[in-house]
Amino acid sequence: MTLDATPYGTEARVVAISGDGAVALRLMQMGVVPGVSLSVVKSAPLGDPIQVRLRDYDLAMRRVEAQTITVALDND
Amino acid sequence: MLDKQLTIAVAGNPNAGKTSLFNALTGLRQKVANYPGVTVERKEGLWSLSPDTSPARIIDLPGLYSLEATSLDEQIARDVLLGQGLMEKPDVVVVVVDATSLVRNLYLATQLMETGCRMVIALTMFDLAERNLTKIDVEKLSAALGVPVVPVVARQERGIKRLAAAVLQVASRTPESRPASAALLLRPWQSGFEPGHFKVVPITNKREEKLHSAAESRNSSSPTWQAPLIERYGWIEKIVAEAVVDAGNKLRATERIDALATHKVLGPLILFLVMLFVFQTIFSWANLPMNLIDSVFNAFADFVRAHLPAGLLTDLIVNGIIPGVGGVLIFVPQIMLLFFFITILEDSGYMARAAFLMDRLMRSVGLHGKAFVPLLSSFACAVPGIMATRTIENPKDRIATMMIAPFMSCSARLPVYTLMIAAFFSGQNVFGFISLGALIILGMYLLGIMVAVIVSWLLKHTLLKAPSPPFVMELPPYRLPNPSNVGHALLSRIGVFLKRAGTVILAISILLWALVAFPRTTLPSVSNSAAQVENSYAGQAGRIIEPLIRPLGFDWKIGIGLISSFAARETVISTLSIVYNVGEEGRPGSNSLVAAIHNAKRQDGSPVWTPLVALSLMVFFVLACQCMSTLAVVRRETNSWRWPLFMVSYMLVLAYVASLITFQGGRLLGFS
Repeated sequence: MTLDATPYGTEARVVAISGDGAVALRLMQMGVVPGVSLSVVKSAPLGDPIQVRLRDYDLAMRRVEAQTITVALDND
Repeated sequence: MLDKQLTIAVAGNPNAGKTSLFNALTGLRQKVANYPGVTVERKEGLWSLSPDTSPARIIDLPGLYSLEATSLDEQIARDVLLGQGLMEKPDVVVVVVDATSLVRNLYLATQLMETGCRMVIALTMFDLAERNLTKIDVEKLSAALGVPVVPVVARQERGIKRLAAAVLQVASRTPESRPASAALLLRPWQSGFEPGHFKVVPITNKREEKLHSAAESRNSSSPTWQAPLIERYGWIEKIVAEAVVDAGNKLRATERIDALATHKVLGPLILFLVMLFVFQTIFSWANLPMNLIDSVFNAFADFVRAHLPAGLLTDLIVNGIIPGVGGVLIFVPQIMLLFFFITILEDSGYMARAAFLMDRLMRSVGLHGKAFVPLLSSFACAVPGIMATRTIENPKDRIATMMIAPFMSCSARLPVYTLMIAAFFSGQNVFGFISLGALIILGMYLLGIMVAVIVSWLLKHTLLKAPSPPFVMELPPYRLPNPSNVGHALLSRIGVFLKRAGTVILAISILLWALVAFPRTTLPSVSNSAAQVENSYAGQAGRIIEPLIRPLGFDWKIGIGLISSFAARETVISTLSIVYNVGEEGRPGSNSLVAAIHNAKRQDGSPVWTPLVALSLMVFFVLACQCMSTLAVVRRETNSWRWPLFMVSYMLVLAYVASLITFQGGRLLGFS
């Protein structure tokens, strides 16, 4: 599943970041790399962008950007 | 040992406390300049490292997350750090690392380690980390990185002396590269990321091999270009895990504020109230000092007029230089107030939330969430509004925002609206209780907003076409604004405005004075200033443009008003007062000016002014960029005359067409 479809407040682990453009690079510089765990905190009032928490800080991104991040839910 | 003056650069992530540290190190000994050829500001100061050496030159670089720069600010910082042009390579780099968000902040620090620069890590927000019960073993961290690490609390100036000692010690060492691991030796930023262009790392055979082995060793399916980034974060995580004992959620306070500040309903409401307060302040609190400046300069002009012999020089001083200087200083209260609030909103972390809340709406017109605050500020005055666009990193988005900022009806248009409404629409109601005047003013504001939306959409699809920049943006934790940062920001903003924009405004004021003062009318009588204006270059120009503006419903006297209003919109009122000979003290509500407007006749005896002419004039004032201060500030912010010239021309064309449609359309519909 992709990050934009993750339920709010649920921990997920990044599996892969697709795309080769500036968005993928920026996301990875900001610490969104395979293996890191993160969660979607909430969305802005109009449903977009979303607030993501990882590595002790908050990161805002648009849903189109979140769609490039493949995650797996931590079930255990 | 240290004969030459040291050059020290301060680098670090945005929001990591870089500016606070820079201000604590330099105090008031700093100045702002531009990097050659670009609009990015270069802040520089002096830092006394020890009593026996001369102070070092210290440079505050724009914030950056990584050496693979994606914005102009980041490219500048990267180029300085790597010694690629712009200025000589700094002797020592102080890398600011936020102790409350170590892993992400160390990303840049480890990249810098590999460039082989002499560096010291300043661990900022150390007190906050301690309060969060995060225990950082500084010595262990320093040993693992192979770089001196000094905890500092900039606000209380804690750790500054130890930082100075560490810098002096490092300065005498030979620089060495400290690669963190094999995959990191690839240094993709050195060849793969060219200034101004984003490119994914080109991979040579040898590199490819190494990358593949790195990717395989982790047994992952990620594209090879991602391998160094993943590897680096893995390495940092390992070091931090060894040196830091963590105690859970560090963002509890921020979470609690965000529960309100980005709430679905309350969030927008709070933003509205915050902006209303800021807006109200610029509109009303700034009025007192502005009126004071205005009356002081008027009184001074009267004093000079009374005590100097009448003549050209006196006229230049009284009508050119004094109002010119006053016209520059009059902006200072508004700029100070707006930047007072903007710095507080930015320093506290709220500005990022405003962008977060507004991004969806702003995106529908092709703009970034960060364009919201500058545009709203422009309703008070476009000058500080345009200066506030510097929070937008993407240069094309920033220019698009500047280009539409003057459509927001600023306070200088109000006197013009007020005069027209007093003359033609006062005392009339719609549906019995809504004042027609208020409706018309509201309509003018809406017209400006509508045109701004359309123009922004057009610009973003033509001249300023660019893939929309990623919105990926840090929402920094809320922090109390640092008073010293606010003070420094105010001083530097005012200084830059007075130096760069002020000189242009003064020069144009004197030029416009000359257009009205020459050629001299021989009649010596002072009361004949109307004759002087009519025969001046401005008056002649009014007559020349009359055929052009007649389709809009304007005669040549209004033409003079239009020409002089390019200095500043409200000037049209004093100019009309002069050409209608009602004395220079014409005020918007002044009865004599309203009466003169009612009585003005064309040669055939028909009235010059009708409600339709008034409406047409108001529409013209909504859309035309009649404000040299705005143009001067756009010139200063974009570092060229190209954009201000484009702005004044396209807005003039728009104003002309809209005014034409209003007047001719109104006549077709049977209005007069």
